[in-house]
Amino acid sequence: MAVTEFGKLELPENVVVSRLDALANWCRKNSLWPMPFATACCGIELMATGASKHDLSRFGAEVFRFSPRQCDLMIVAGRVVMKMLPVLQRIWLQMHEPKWCISMGACASTGGVFDTYAVVQGVDRFIPVDMYVPGCPPRPEQLIQAIIDLQDKIQREGTITGREFDTVSRQARKRALVEIADPRMIDASRNPVIQREITADAESFAGRS
Amino acid sequence: MPSATSSVDTLLAALTEVCGLFETSVFRGQTRVVVPAERLPEVLSVLKDRGLDLLVDISCVDYLDYRDPPMQMPACAGHRYGLVYLLASTATNQRLTVRVFVDDPEPAVASAVPLWEAANWLEREVWDLFGIRFTGHPDLRRLVMPEEFTAHPLRKDYPLQGRGERHNFPVITRNER
Repeated sequence: MAVTEFGKLELPENVVVSRLDALANWCRKNSLWPMPFATACCGIELMATGASKHDLSRFGAEVFRFSPRQCDLMIVAGRVVMKMLPVLQRIWLQMHEPKWCISMGACASTGGVFDTYAVVQGVDRFIPVDMYVPGCPPRPEQLIQAIIDLQDKIQREGTITGREFDTVSRQARKRALVEIADPRMIDASRNPVIQREITADAESFAGRS
Repeated sequence: MPSATSSVDTLLAALTEVCGLFETSVFRGQTRVVVPAERLPEVLSVLKDRGLDLLVDISCVDYLDYRDPPMQMPACAGHRYGLVYLLASTATNQRLTVRVFVDDPEPAVASAVPLWEAANWLEREVWDLFGIRFTGHPDLRRLVMPEEFTAHPLRKDYPLQGRGERHNFPVITRNER
């Protein structure tokens, strides 16, 4: 285990997958129950993926539970506005671990074509995302491929105790422009890389307006 | 539709008779009347009594840095906000646009809520996005933007990408319990 320059302990990423881990991973990956967080047009494609022609339940996603307490996979389908983001975060926090997130479509991944004052430019600024599905909207086959890739990721990296979710150092490297002080959060403002990105982004805001 | 235009003329004639002369213009069969802000409640009430019973929409245009006079009417030049009231008659299919011009600072106009309940949310939206106060509105607060938002985003001096409000949220990391 190494001590990084930010004073945080870096957890090893290559976890040895024992037989028990492999069994737990197999069970979890083949019974991913999606929580459909469909805010816009991608929600229609999500419904199409769950319908009979491109049947998502073939891959174990048997039911789309609308209660976060009963799900393990959140699919953010559609653009997320700043008014909706606290709701998204609340739903994410209400899900039990192990939980994963798929950011479906261009708007959930990067803000899409809507670079405006109200649309969050990518939910991965505020939620940990595991899979990104490009498209506007992505075809059902693309979403199914994302679920298959997520299943491979779970099989590769999962553990029965959920150790792989303790990745504080991985989150410290993800981009976030402005953070509100909160005791639960890591203090990214001391991070020189993030400081540089904050100033660069602030300058490009000032240049555009 | 010739008959619709002529009946709008009748309406305008009745309005002139009751309230006095206002600037009007026609564009592609649509008639608009420019009303000063202090005469607005009176004019709307007269129009409602004369058959324009449906308030279709209340909207606004920000003419900051606009190069031509609004609607090509020189009398309207020099103002910043042009409120638009779209009125229609359910009985006779007439439509009329009422334009009201207001200025900075403190743009304000009387509320149409006593006449039409629909104006409640329409005026809240205009307040939210342009910052025009409607005096007499029962509940003037933001409608589409979050309550804690401080700016009026559809003004021309507000940048399209915003001023950073869209990313001012806590970040949730994987080890949230």
